[in-house]
Amino acid sequence: MKKILNLAWRNIWRNKRRTLITAASVFFAVLFSSSMKSLQKGAWNEMIKNVTSLHIGYAQIHAKGFWEERSINTSLEESLIKEQLEEIQTEGLIDYLPRIESFALASSGEKSSAVLVVGADLEKEHKLGQLENRMVEGSLLSSNEHGVILAEGLAKKLNLGLQDSLILSSIGYHASSAIDLYPIKGIVSFNNPELNKQFCYLDIKTAQTFYGAEGMLTGIVLNVENNNVLESIVTNLRSKLDSEKYDVMDWMEMMPDLMQAKNLDAAGSLLVLGILYIIITFGIFGTLLMMTRERQYEFGVLTAIGMKKQLLAFSVWLEILFMGFVGAIAGIVGSIPIVQYFVSNPIDMTKFSQDAANTYEKFGFHPVFPMSFDINIFIGQALIVFLICTVLAIYPILVIRSLKPIQAMRK
Amino acid sequence: MSIISVKNIHKIYNEKTVPVHALQGVDLEIEVGEFTAIVGPSGSGKTTLLNIIGGLDRPNQGKVRLADTGLEDLNDNQLIDFRKNNIGFIFQAYNLIPVLTAQENVEFVMLLQNRPKDEMEKRAVDLLKSVGLEDKLNQRPSQLSGGQQQRVAVARALASKPKFVLADEPTANLDSKSTADLLDIMARLNKEENITFVFSTHDSRVIERARRVVNMIDGKIESDEQQAV
Repeated sequence: MKKILNLAWRNIWRNKRRTLITAASVFFAVLFSSSMKSLQKGAWNEMIKNVTSLHIGYAQIHAKGFWEERSINTSLEESLIKEQLEEIQTEGLIDYLPRIESFALASSGEKSSAVLVVGADLEKEHKLGQLENRMVEGSLLSSNEHGVILAEGLAKKLNLGLQDSLILSSIGYHASSAIDLYPIKGIVSFNNPELNKQFCYLDIKTAQTFYGAEGMLTGIVLNVENNNVLESIVTNLRSKLDSEKYDVMDWMEMMPDLMQAKNLDAAGSLLVLGILYIIITFGIFGTLLMMTRERQYEFGVLTAIGMKKQLLAFSVWLEILFMGFVGAIAGIVGSIPIVQYFVSNPIDMTKFSQDAANTYEKFGFHPVFPMSFDINIFIGQALIVFLICTVLAIYPILVIRSLKPIQAMRK
Repeated sequence: MSIISVKNIHKIYNEKTVPVHALQGVDLEIEVGEFTAIVGPSGSGKTTLLNIIGGLDRPNQGKVRLADTGLEDLNDNQLIDFRKNNIGFIFQAYNLIPVLTAQENVEFVMLLQNRPKDEMEKRAVDLLKSVGLEDKLNQRPSQLSGGQQQRVAVARALASKPKFVLADEPTANLDSKSTADLLDIMARLNKEENITFVFSTHDSRVIERARRVVNMIDGKIESDEQQAV
């Protein structure tokens, strides 16, 4: 085996220039693909992190059917769910964020607006989405504090500022009447215009009292370390919580639009990389055609002296693999420092185009895109090259299979 | 005892278009230890006969028995195995593997036979010594002269311990000195180790050294004579 490997390795260097040109084409393809995929993955991770940390979280636990109805009547019993969650050990989970959310009408004087009331533990919310850093005025609410934090757009629309008051009215738990007056304790700014014009925060106890839903939650947000640990956490919770009572939903289920956009982007890049690899495939195939043609005589001699066709085909397959892997390994080695650099120094869109950066910000995305250093991206490239080489090896293998030593030696 | 037995061999090329009768009923028996030259002008069928004896080509009619094995009974894979273990080949154009050294070229056939590493190395070195190339073990074919390459080819042909060696015009590309050296080596191996050699040639220098000369014309054996050397 060692000798056959050695033979195959030496054979690829019989025509150094051709091998180097072929390997170089693979090198550039792998370099480009690895860098592009790392940027794409890094950018999407960043976007998902931005979107999820802003409000929705990576995953949420709801009472069964809540997400479809969004009704405060389909809520969780806080003590019961907390008791169950305390018994579940989940690696990679930072915290559970209890919330009670529902819509209400916010009024001040002659002006009113529909708002989403988010009753939450604001200390915990800060850990998820840096809420305190988004404050433009005032401060976070402390536990049980009677007051409200308004999104900046909403405050502008109602023409309100700190120390003003706001009336919230809604239908509470089991159709109870919910109405109260709250002083404005803070103004928070979101980049996302949708959030900016409708969000208002209450302390969770205050919100439960407002909705007449003491001890009830509409959901629990999971604050997790990163997107990579999400699947195992969600799977673990689903297996341990009663599926008749609870829904455990990840951000992909809660935000199918974002997932579709991600899939669309992935499909686009797949198309680009597919075209690139098809070009590379034909490049390698050209080399292979020449090599097979040139070595017909040699193949004839080798079978004449007793080399089985299977062994000869295996040796030729190894040659093609070596040629591909010389380029692939060089490409991976070449792309690692590039990826590493952009992991530490993300691409800042504001340096290239302020308009583009503004557009990203408008939709709630931070316009800074790091690359993602994921070993699977490099392994994926190596597998693609392996696959291309193996598929291409079918041609010389077929030639060898139908080889007649005498005819081959006549050629 | 016959090591090669060929009976009523016919070989027709281009059977469906313009048939060429390369062999027309050839019968030949070759004994162990013979040093036989198959001679004749171009197109007489000597290379075709050698290819059929070597299991590289199949006849349209007739039987070939080599060391009690009928080649017609073997499929392509079995034929390859048979060639590997029983026949040594020397080609006109040497046909060494260009990326292997002289020693590795000789070892290669033994590698195909799955021989132990130590045995392969020892036999390769011994054979290269016996053809006078002990100082060229690590040279690649491109670093050797034509005569030296053909001597490596002889060593390679003998490496598998074949029952006989077939040589297709082995001296066609060699100068006089190299031809003489090569013939000396093969004659010595034939005499001292009783190795059977069968050549196809029209080189008078080779014919002179053969102990048996089979003369072919138009696909038939015209004469078959023993000669004193």
